[in-house]
Amino acid sequence: MDKLIKNYDSGDFFDELIEPSGAPRPPAKQLLKYLDSLTAEELEKRRITAEATVQEMGISFTVYTEEGNIDRAWPFDIIPRTIEAKDWAVTEAGLKQRLTALNRFIDDLYHEQNCIKDGIIPEHIIKESKNFRPECVGVSPAFGVWAHICGTDLVRDHDGKFYVLEDNLRVPSGVSYMLENRAITKRVLPELFENDDIQPNASYPAELFETLAALSPRDIARPEIVVLTPGIYNSAYFEHAFLAQQMGVELVEGSDMFVGDDDCVYMKTIYGPERVDVIYRRIDDLFIDPEAFNPDSVLGVPGLMRAWKAGNVALANAPGAGVADDKVVYAYVPALIRYYLDEEPILPNVETYLCDDPEQREYVLANLDKLVVKPANESGGYGMLVGPHSSKKEQQTFAELIKANPRNYIAQPTLKLSTAPTLIGTGALEPRHLDLRPFILQSRNTYVTTGGLTRVAMKKGSLVVNSSQGGGSKDTWIVVTKGE
Amino acid sequence: MLSRVAERLYWSARYLERAENIARLVSVYDDLLYDLPRDIAVSWYNLVEINSGVELYNQRYKVRDEHNVLKFMLADDTNPSSLLSSVKMVRENIRTTRDVVPGEMWELINELDLYARQNIKQGINRSVRHAYLNTIIEGCQKIIGLLTGTMDRHAGWHFIMMGRFLERADMNTRILDAANFQMQHSQEEESVKLGQVVWSKVLKSQSAYLSFRRTMRCSINGASVVTFMLTDPCFPRSQRYCLEQVKAAAATLPRFGIIAANVDKLLQITNGVEHSTDLNEKFSDYLNEVQLGMITLHHQITENWFHFQQGDAA
Repeated sequence: MDKLIKNYDSGDFFDELIEPSGAPRPPAKQLLKYLDSLTAEELEKRRITAEATVQEMGISFTVYTEEGNIDRAWPFDIIPRTIEAKDWAVTEAGLKQRLTALNRFIDDLYHEQNCIKDGIIPEHIIKESKNFRPECVGVSPAFGVWAHICGTDLVRDHDGKFYVLEDNLRVPSGVSYMLENRAITKRVLPELFENDDIQPNASYPAELFETLAALSPRDIARPEIVVLTPGIYNSAYFEHAFLAQQMGVELVEGSDMFVGDDDCVYMKTIYGPERVDVIYRRIDDLFIDPEAFNPDSVLGVPGLMRAWKAGNVALANAPGAGVADDKVVYAYVPALIRYYLDEEPILPNVETYLCDDPEQREYVLANLDKLVVKPANESGGYGMLVGPHSSKKEQQTFAELIKANPRNYIAQPTLKLSTAPTLIGTGALEPRHLDLRPFILQSRNTYVTTGGLTRVAMKKGSLVVNSSQGGGSKDTWIVVTKGE
Repeated sequence: MLSRVAERLYWSARYLERAENIARLVSVYDDLLYDLPRDIAVSWYNLVEINSGVELYNQRYKVRDEHNVLKFMLADDTNPSSLLSSVKMVRENIRTTRDVVPGEMWELINELDLYARQNIKQGINRSVRHAYLNTIIEGCQKIIGLLTGTMDRHAGWHFIMMGRFLERADMNTRILDAANFQMQHSQEEESVKLGQVVWSKVLKSQSAYLSFRRTMRCSINGASVVTFMLTDPCFPRSQRYCLEQVKAAAATLPRFGIIAANVDKLLQITNGVEHSTDLNEKFSDYLNEVQLGMITLHHQITENWFHFQQGDAA
């Protein structure tokens, strides 16, 4: 047991697999025992096999560069990240609670706006939100659910507790990599699945299909469901094709569909027009319908909003759902949970300072070197200031930005992201920081993936896990331990 | 089946067939040139003529030698019908239709594309050309085998069949035309010697040599070879067989009437010749007419299924 992790030290960060004493945590016990039985060369061989497997399976993502787009092989670390099943059960309940409240909130915003009337959230926050869509006011999607597919980013701080870092309610991606990571691990380290009770995660495509099918406006046995992709130049095209294939539904582009005079959506097939019931759209709101939003968009379908408002087609996620993943709204989520569900939040938020509030703004401006500042509506880790890693000049730039547009910025303390052993060099494990993105589905029922996508910062000390910025990933195991 | 997806499957099959045919053709030419008496003028440049590449070739190259012709036929990415262009087009069409073809298809076409590009020099240099071309042909056959063994016989399959057999028929008439041209432009005294070599290579280029032997049981001459390659009902690369396959595939799809009628028109004029003396200018005109008929057929397929029709709802 000692050979591999003898010199392993995660410092004052919480480590996912190894206790401060140096002993493995219960769900990682079998895993580390097995890894320890391999020689450094054997371990290296497995790593190389994993790399080859990624290439053979054609798992890639696209990176945008000035010279054009390149397909890059998916970066993968073979050491799984383990989480105890009974801990996960609590997290799962917290995620369900959170998405339920968020959907109630979105539905309220586009109808009575009771949360504003009752003083839970200030009106101007919503009015000034880039993702509030006046076009959606009064629309009532099935089950009152607007965000059907949600990717929530969780981090563990040094206290070992999970915190919600952000909710992605627009077009979250990554779930196909979660599934492929498991497939790779099974090929590369098959022995592990004999010793451990690892919960399977393969049912996601089936659950997604059920979630989407339940949204069909027509009560028919086999509703027509499609995945709408912006096309091969999108960084997540691999995932769009993967999910369509796994669900057995059509992968369509905007030009494959049209809206008829009856305000129904049709796809152009060799048999003639075929009516579409549910569209899992992987295109941002503003591009789905050039008639309603960006008139220059060639990705969408003219008239789609009309069809959706008429209740003739379901869109997942519904347009306008993104209003709830504004990072300012995020700060109010615990209050929203109490307000709509009359429950205490199970999963805490990361402490958040709103630059919109004069007092909090003052604090942020005085502590820019300690805080992480984020714009309210960006994703992918763009436009951020990481205080402790920033120069005086960068801090000044952000001070100006915040003063110019306080509503658009929030700040959070720099978190001590948890670590997990990661294979760096031949047979050597080193701690690397990571996060976790589970996916939550909601329509008639609510479902949470078993675990999620673990993203890991491969550079020593780095906190940036985004794959577009050099992050890697790990298989995530929810392990049932035997009553220890 | 989306019209767009149907079109991409049709084209992926055409390009796959084209890649294989180019590899076959080059490989037969290689062989042919060694067998001919030295005083007979057959040039590599004929390959360019067969593939209607004359204009493009002359824009790019001055010298009509083996090296340039092979570069043009195999490697040149400005030639949309070169081997590498064709393989690339198969891959691009499959990239966006992965959800309707067998899972391994994507891996196999990646493999073929990678091999073809990385080893292209072997195809251009004479010493290892045969092995290179052979690997390409095998790669194409592997994909056809995968599809045959695992693909659902839904609409997508039938579009693949139409693409494959229309492309094959097209190449068949080009090869016959080239042989006919060669014979007409040869000297009287060399024509007997030349005829034997040329017509047996026509058979070989289509893997038809042994089938011809078993089926026709007569000597290899212009009339018998042309008759076999046009009318044999069982050989899977003959004109008749290809057209019948296009028709059968079309018959499984909606609005197939117009396509069937057009294939029938082509079938009616698919006849053998009695004497080698019939292989003259008129025969060349006839092949030209057949080519035009197939181009029309292609346009009708495009019009009928790929240009979306609002008309009859499902």
